[in-house]
Amino acid sequence: MPTVSVKRDLLFEALGQKYTDEEFDELCFEFGLELDEITSEKDIISREQGDEKAEGASDVVLYKIDVPANRYDLLCLEGLVRGLQVFKEKLEAPRYKRVSPADGGEPQRLVITDETASVRPHAVAAVLHDVTFTQERYESFIELQEKLHQNICRKRTLVAIGTHDLDTISGPFTYTAKPPGDIRFKPLNQSKEYTATELMSLYKTDGHLRHYLHIIENEPLYPIIYDSNGIVLSMPPIINGDHRKISLNTKNIFIECTATDLTKVNRFTVILILLLFCNNTIYTLQFKRLESVRFFIFLKKLILFQKGCIKSQVTELAYRTETLSGDFINKRVGINESAESIAQLLTRMCLRSEVSGEGDLIQVEIPPTRADVIHACDIMEDAAIAYGFNNIVRSTPRTYTVANQLPLNKLTELLRQDLAAAGFTEALTFALCSEEDIADKLRKNIAETRAVHISNPKTAEFQVARTCLLPGLLKTLAANRKMPLPLKLFEISDVVLKDETKDVGARNNRRLCAVYYNKSPGFEVIHGLLDRVMQLLDVKPDRNQGYHIQAAEDSTFFPGRCAEIFSCGKSIGHLGVLHPDVISRFELTMPCSAIDIDIEPFL
Amino acid sequence: MADTGLLESLLRLLEKVDGGTDSQDVAADLGVDHQVIVGAVKSLQALGEVISTEQKSSKHWELTGEGREIAEQGSHEARVFNAIPDEGLPQNELMKMPSGKVGFSKAMSNKWIRLDKAHEGGPRVFKTVETIEDTVRDKLQLVQKGQSAKLEDKEKNELKKRKLLSEVTVKSYWITKGSSFSTTITKQETELTPEMIASGSWKEKNFKPYNFEAMGVAPDCGHLHPLMKVRTQFRQIFLEMGFTEMPTNNFIESSFWNFDSLFQPQQHPARDQHDTFFISDPALAHEFPQDYMERVKKVHSEGGYGSQGYKYDWKIEEAQKNLLRTHTTAVSARMLYKLAQQKFTPVKYFSIDRVFRNETLDATHLAEFHQIEGVVADYGLTLGNLMGVLHQFFTKLGITKLRFKPAYNPYTEPSMEVFSYHEGLKKWVEVGNSGVFRPEMLLPMGLPEGVSVIAWGLSLERPTMIKYGINNIRELVGHKVNLQMVYDSPIFQKPPKNKTEEASN
Repeated sequence: MPTVSVKRDLLFEALGQKYTDEEFDELCFEFGLELDEITSEKDIISREQGDEKAEGASDVVLYKIDVPANRYDLLCLEGLVRGLQVFKEKLEAPRYKRVSPADGGEPQRLVITDETASVRPHAVAAVLHDVTFTQERYESFIELQEKLHQNICRKRTLVAIGTHDLDTISGPFTYTAKPPGDIRFKPLNQSKEYTATELMSLYKTDGHLRHYLHIIENEPLYPIIYDSNGIVLSMPPIINGDHRKISLNTKNIFIECTATDLTKVNRFTVILILLLFCNNTIYTLQFKRLESVRFFIFLKKLILFQKGCIKSQVTELAYRTETLSGDFINKRVGINESAESIAQLLTRMCLRSEVSGEGDLIQVEIPPTRADVIHACDIMEDAAIAYGFNNIVRSTPRTYTVANQLPLNKLTELLRQDLAAAGFTEALTFALCSEEDIADKLRKNIAETRAVHISNPKTAEFQVARTCLLPGLLKTLAANRKMPLPLKLFEISDVVLKDETKDVGARNNRRLCAVYYNKSPGFEVIHGLLDRVMQLLDVKPDRNQGYHIQAAEDSTFFPGRCAEIFSCGKSIGHLGVLHPDVISRFELTMPCSAIDIDIEPFL
Repeated sequence: MADTGLLESLLRLLEKVDGGTDSQDVAADLGVDHQVIVGAVKSLQALGEVISTEQKSSKHWELTGEGREIAEQGSHEARVFNAIPDEGLPQNELMKMPSGKVGFSKAMSNKWIRLDKAHEGGPRVFKTVETIEDTVRDKLQLVQKGQSAKLEDKEKNELKKRKLLSEVTVKSYWITKGSSFSTTITKQETELTPEMIASGSWKEKNFKPYNFEAMGVAPDCGHLHPLMKVRTQFRQIFLEMGFTEMPTNNFIESSFWNFDSLFQPQQHPARDQHDTFFISDPALAHEFPQDYMERVKKVHSEGGYGSQGYKYDWKIEEAQKNLLRTHTTAVSARMLYKLAQQKFTPVKYFSIDRVFRNETLDATHLAEFHQIEGVVADYGLTLGNLMGVLHQFFTKLGITKLRFKPAYNPYTEPSMEVFSYHEGLKKWVEVGNSGVFRPEMLLPMGLPEGVSVIAWGLSLERPTMIKYGINNIRELVGHKVNLQMVYDSPIFQKPPKNKTEEASN
């Protein structure tokens, strides 16, 4: 969940009202936000680096607010203020439109060449005219760009945003891709020119930029944007050129967004990000003139070129209208409101709505910034939020059903109780473990384990799903060697085995495993437990119709001290005294006997 | 036990005095050490109401070993003074005396003696006065005679500093006759025996009283794991509410059932390598219901069922990827699809089982945890119904104060986070997540148009950690668990009223 950090006093000034922390928390809660933390720069530094470092840092109160992952339009102070003001009916939802250049001239153009196809084939661009920065607006602008990069742009892997001072560059612009050796420019905040190859090694040690290098590092061609004079605007998604950076004095901003292939991102996402950025930026820049914001939008031209397109394709700021009935919303939410009042509720959520006059039909206008609204149920939710979740009457559904237990879980529950009554203590161990745990340490070959392997474990602890419960129990013993002997443990849980007959190629298997750890092996104790379990399962000791054990060789067990367990002629597991190598590989020192059986045949 | 003879002598002594006696006096009268009498008193106490006692403590001053020596032989300085003949003594000889070092400096500071450093044959010590008064010895002798009261506190403290005096506290008993006083001792029986029952001799015997302050002997038994005990309780709650258990015994799931069927787009961050464990062997799932998969593909890439869809290029290769399920909702999806293949009847489902996340581990997050999930499918269920069910569910846990916060979840709309008021922390804390499944998930399965499915989920570990006061999840789950904690953990009843909110959060 993205978090936005805003200065409390600035926020309250923009909202035109002061709140106590509790009141503001309450407002956030109603709106679906969470006031996560109240802090200050000083607090943060002192917590992370110690009090001394915090000396002299700002103690202006900061609110850290969690924003739901679908509401990128709230991801900065200005967006947040707008959302809350509309919600509180203090402001009308803004309406955006594309405008032509004020001087009647040609719109700017961004030409995309075929070479980009292999690395980063999509780009859109926009221009913001006549902006006025202050220090705070400038900071908010930069922070918003970073927030979008980290969240919806997925750390620049999907989309990268570049912003430039339009007055230092001249269109039309060209988006192309070249071998890194052929790209040469002076990057942002550097004093000399580098080739792209040199830049990649330069930024290897950069705490911030090194995280993005992998996105293009191994590509034969790197994406690059030039202006008509061959000046480099940016090498997305890594760095901008130095000459074009925006500053407090920038009046006109050129914004470009570039994106990777369509399997990862749809074309609308790119436009959405550009829109979100422009939209929120407009607020940043026109901060003091919120009420009249519509007249200050100078989105000169929004251009989307796709691979191979020669002629420009203008993208509209698409507003969409949905029609739904008041009855639908009432029935889904469980309220009883008139169509008019529902329309009012939706308007408070930035979805301008009015009753159409036909029955209880409501027409809802979805702004282009609300890409999350894709179905009537999304509109229904907004109505419910505006109504207030906690104002909805709670009622019990009349659904009549009869409960059933899963037979396997029922059997497990019954057996657990009786194993504890038999003096064994229940362990709860991980379903994931290392290959070593289920193979080498048990003196088995990993190839013979039928184990399911994980492709992306961060550590060896998560290499495979366990194929037996024994390693977990032995590790539990090792962690509790100081406890008085004997230690008697059991676990009834699932292991995972490859099984080609299943749609996913693997299945769970419910197993019962128990260990006895003492100065003497105690085979008779474990054997007695088997007899007790069989008694509980109502299986008699009988070679044909019941259960029996017979000597077997298994590399995990001490030679001559292992038996295979059969029930109704079918092998269900093993019991025996563990091999001394197994004991020492699990860092244990005493003899240990164990039983491991499949309980599924007893269903 | 002290010998019976001594006990009886003590009792006879007590019989003669009115109003009682002090154990120190008893010791003096009987001519034995006070500690022996203390032992005897304790033995008599154990016999019931023979005597009654009151503990007293008194302080008095006593000479130390060195103090006693001085009281007999005089202070070090006096001994030094007396050892010096009129013609004086070489300093090195004087220093060889046992009292030499201390006595010399004290006598010097008292100006009783002088040191002639320039004397031929080495430094020599001479008397400077004719006679001296050994006040230290006098004071100590006073204390020895029990007349320490004659000394001022300052004097006593000074002697204490010189380690000549010490203040000792003597604990003694004031002994009086008890309600069943007698001068004879009857031996007490420790336990009832089968012979006593048979012969009836128990009627005449005295039994030694039990010490009810001591702990009992721990029963020899096994123990259930605390997390599993809480799981049993949650299971019970669902069964009481008429919910049927889902078969969640399939940790390995395809991306299709884990994500695609839930209308979670293929570029969603949860599907990244760093959030989900993918499987390398067996890497891909093979069988999918073909018609259904086509409908899922369509609703993702083009929309339909009233939805705009996500408008991207949906790929079966992505859906085939096997993974460790990230939520039990994958099973709910399978169950709802199965339900849609029959004539619709309302259902209530639940499950409590393991799920896996390839996340950063910390004190409250492990790579695997147990998810509790409840699902209700019926015609015309409302958001108000979801809140009603949640209210009933949490009431069974003892949580009655609930409120709901709008939230975002890719497969539910509306989505609500469930908060309960924590009496201990005096604030609202999140206890679960809930929502109404999206039509884009339900309609492609073939469920009838008017059917709504409401669902909620929470982790099993969190309420358990709070219930048992555990801060680090590794102390609860996995092999690093402390078995003593397992042995000692109480059962998970509905929490008592005043602890209600705390225990459930």
